[in-house]
Amino acid sequence: MSTPDQPTWRRRRRARSTLFAAGEPMIWLTGGALAICTVMVAGLLLLVLRQGLITFWPAPVVEITTPDGRVFMGEITRRESFRPAAEVVDRLPPAVREKARAELAASDGVAHRELVRTGNFRLTQSHFAWVSSFEVENRRRPPWALVLERLEWGRFYGFPQAFVEMHFLSGEGDPRQEARRLLDRLAGRGRQLRLVVRGSGRRLALAGVEHLDDATELAAVAEIDGGAQAAWEGFRRHHDAVRQRWRRRRALEKHDVGEVNHALERARLERRAAELERERAAARHGAGSAAYEAAQRAYEAAQRAYEAKRVEAEAELSRIRAEIERINGENRRLQLLMTTAGEGATPPQTVLVPLDQIVRAYPANQLSAGGKAGVYLARWGEFLLDEPREANSEGGVFPAIFGTVTMTLLMSLAVVPFGVLAALYLREYARAGAVISAVRIAINNLAGVPSIVFGVFGLGFFCYVVGASLDQLLFAASLPNPTYGKGGLLWASLTLALLTLPVVIVATEEAVAAVPSSMREGSYACGASKWQTIRRIVLPRAMPGIITGMVLAIARGAGEVAPLMLVGAVKLAPELPIDGIFPYVHPERSFMHLGFHIYDVGFQSQNSEAAKPMVFTTTLLLIAIIALLNLTTIWLRGRLRKRYAGSQF
Amino acid sequence: MATTDAPTPTHAAPAAANARRPAGRRTGGEDPLLAIERGETPPSEIHDGVLAEEPVLEIEHFDFWYGDVQALYDISMNVPRGKVTALIGPSGCGKSTLLRSVNRLNDLIAGVRVEGDMRLGGDSIYARGVDVIELRKRMGMVFQKSNPFPMSIYENVVYALRIDGERRKSVLDEVCERSLRGAALWDEVKDRLDELALGLSGGQQQRLCIARAIAAEPEVLLMDEPCSALDPIATGKIEDLIDQLRGDYTILIVTHNMQQASRTSDFTAFMYLGRMIELGTTEEIFTNPHLKATEDYITGRFG
Repeated sequence: MSTPDQPTWRRRRRARSTLFAAGEPMIWLTGGALAICTVMVAGLLLLVLRQGLITFWPAPVVEITTPDGRVFMGEITRRESFRPAAEVVDRLPPAVREKARAELAASDGVAHRELVRTGNFRLTQSHFAWVSSFEVENRRRPPWALVLERLEWGRFYGFPQAFVEMHFLSGEGDPRQEARRLLDRLAGRGRQLRLVVRGSGRRLALAGVEHLDDATELAAVAEIDGGAQAAWEGFRRHHDAVRQRWRRRRALEKHDVGEVNHALERARLERRAAELERERAAARHGAGSAAYEAAQRAYEAAQRAYEAKRVEAEAELSRIRAEIERINGENRRLQLLMTTAGEGATPPQTVLVPLDQIVRAYPANQLSAGGKAGVYLARWGEFLLDEPREANSEGGVFPAIFGTVTMTLLMSLAVVPFGVLAALYLREYARAGAVISAVRIAINNLAGVPSIVFGVFGLGFFCYVVGASLDQLLFAASLPNPTYGKGGLLWASLTLALLTLPVVIVATEEAVAAVPSSMREGSYACGASKWQTIRRIVLPRAMPGIITGMVLAIARGAGEVAPLMLVGAVKLAPELPIDGIFPYVHPERSFMHLGFHIYDVGFQSQNSEAAKPMVFTTTLLLIAIIALLNLTTIWLRGRLRKRYAGSQF
Repeated sequence: MATTDAPTPTHAAPAAANARRPAGRRTGGEDPLLAIERGETPPSEIHDGVLAEEPVLEIEHFDFWYGDVQALYDISMNVPRGKVTALIGPSGCGKSTLLRSVNRLNDLIAGVRVEGDMRLGGDSIYARGVDVIELRKRMGMVFQKSNPFPMSIYENVVYALRIDGERRKSVLDEVCERSLRGAALWDEVKDRLDELALGLSGGQQQRLCIARAIAAEPEVLLMDEPCSALDPIATGKIEDLIDQLRGDYTILIVTHNMQQASRTSDFTAFMYLGRMIELGTTEEIFTNPHLKATEDYITGRFG
């Protein structure tokens, strides 16, 4: 019991407030948390930026010689220190062993080694080689070391020997006589002449003119510009034209052949449809009925059309093939004669590299800063605009960029109207109650469902139910090959639309709720109906908030990979979802996606060491694309907000 | 409150409506405030001058509940055509509720219930099957806080026509100019009709809202404390405007400001705790009110 003059509790007086009362530790705690978050974000971005940006910068080519005469030439990609086991040192050749022991003793058993990208895969069966520091006897940067980026088999490091221009024998008549005539004709041009003979496999080799009489398998006569300088100049003179012809060939192969095949396929499908129609007529009206006869006639017409188309396609294809042959022949004439520096223990070898196999070549050790920048930019250009090659580990990622952007846009197109309408009903029309609360909770929980679950749903519902039904209804002729009954761009977009739906609904609901009731009342007082008020007052006012939801949806959707692997993203899509072949937009096609590409390049490719830097570059690109999409929508929102300047959001 | 005073002389309660009231609820010559505090509804004191006018809006035995809470008790009054009628009374007395009941804006609130009826130009407002949207098109409303829409000045003014699907530029232009002139805003904004309405000053925004409200030629203009958020100069302009609109429009205005009521209105109704206490010409209410309660309120002795 307390009496008025003896209160049970009174505030204690202290000399000064405690540390906790002043809140000093909380400032440090909260500030520290923020600092750690910032460092993590900045660290992530810096790592990706650094790794992504240096990938394409041309490194110098180093030639390393070991005491026992092995040679490694290539670019240094990685350095690390290691502790070699005693047996490893014991197994070294004697010339190296002593040096290694001395070095290891001096550095407490720790040695360094470098990963040299030696390329020349067909000669060595490997792209990389580890070279330990104690193995290095001599290290130099040969001025004429040339880096060739090839269409196939990765990079080639070597020295240019000569530029070779071939004159292939027609193969009619006696090859020796034809070669002799050619030699006579070319003698006047003042260039060295050689015979080209077929070596092992499809490889060509050069032989002196004096071997004409005992040369078997004579393929061509070659004019030669000897010397590194002359070879390099010859390359530079002809490479652009060769590449242009090569691109023309690729266009023929991809586009023209594709168009012929598509037309033929369409005719085949029409025939198949007529056949199905005939079967239906037979089942319904019986064979021999009038309907059956009509169907039979239609089928015969389709059959004739198909046959005609096939003949036409054959002719067209052989025309295209001839054109491709012609281009190939023209390109194959120009080759670069290269010698390697020697692959480890093997002595230097001489190789003919056709110019059309070379994507890019540069003398790495002679490049000025500008030249390096040129190579760097050219590689970025190829990366952004070209198609992948070498199982995605080289070349560009244009199809993946295209797929990512198209998929994201299609997703936004699906999710925004749908989400906005749902949110409008929830907020404007529905009566608050248990059902609406339950719906709202369900929507919020949807945001927490693992994304792979959406992938499974998309596969099970969109592909196998909706897609399969569509196929039955509209694409029966092409069954059993599924058209929509498999993963594709459309189903992937819709799956991601479902995934991001909660984001849009929640954002829209908040934006709609934030429209002041005074404005709605003003509109109602003017005699506007509910829908007129929503359309003319609420939606415009809520639009920036709705776009915020769209930004969030894009950020979430564009970076999602797991569900896409189930509903349509593939390692290599032969055709883009939008192209020049009727009906131009093919939402049923599989597509490439940058997120999936990152995984595929980094962990599924054979040459994973070379692909590793591409992981960061592709990641950088993905981040940049998402940022770009977001910035575009944020800019849009800014413009909308400006329209309501003076009002507060 | 005023309990020791002698009973205020009751002038003949003339409304026919009052005569139909159940006898048990009559409070006779007693101070109505006492009856109200007991929870009863004394008859309203309605002056003859009001009944002589031609009404455009008639309110008949109107009761209003927010859920279980009754906010208006048996309100009956006429709003004379072409005149300004002010609703005064202390906060929470139901002035705004009554005003918002006229165009049924209270329908938007869940759990609202009414009894009795109102008639606009003879047409029932609360009868079953009334098209509320069509009804609202016959009235204009100006709110306490100006609420221009997030669009251009021009579009704000012609909003009512837009929602009726009017597309003819000439009609819209004409209505826009006439309404803005009517709201005494034309000269200030005629060169920037395409600018956002939200860029106007507070007073201009409120006049824009008035222009928007009169654009559709309403039969009644409802004003819910239109000057309470404005400075004295802007208030003066709005009051001048109300003065100009008198005659062309019937105005029902809610105000907290007694001077404003006395300056601008032709008729004044005094409300208290959801009841209509006294309604008469402004001159009479302010100089010679029939009820002591009214006198106490307008002289500032209570409320």
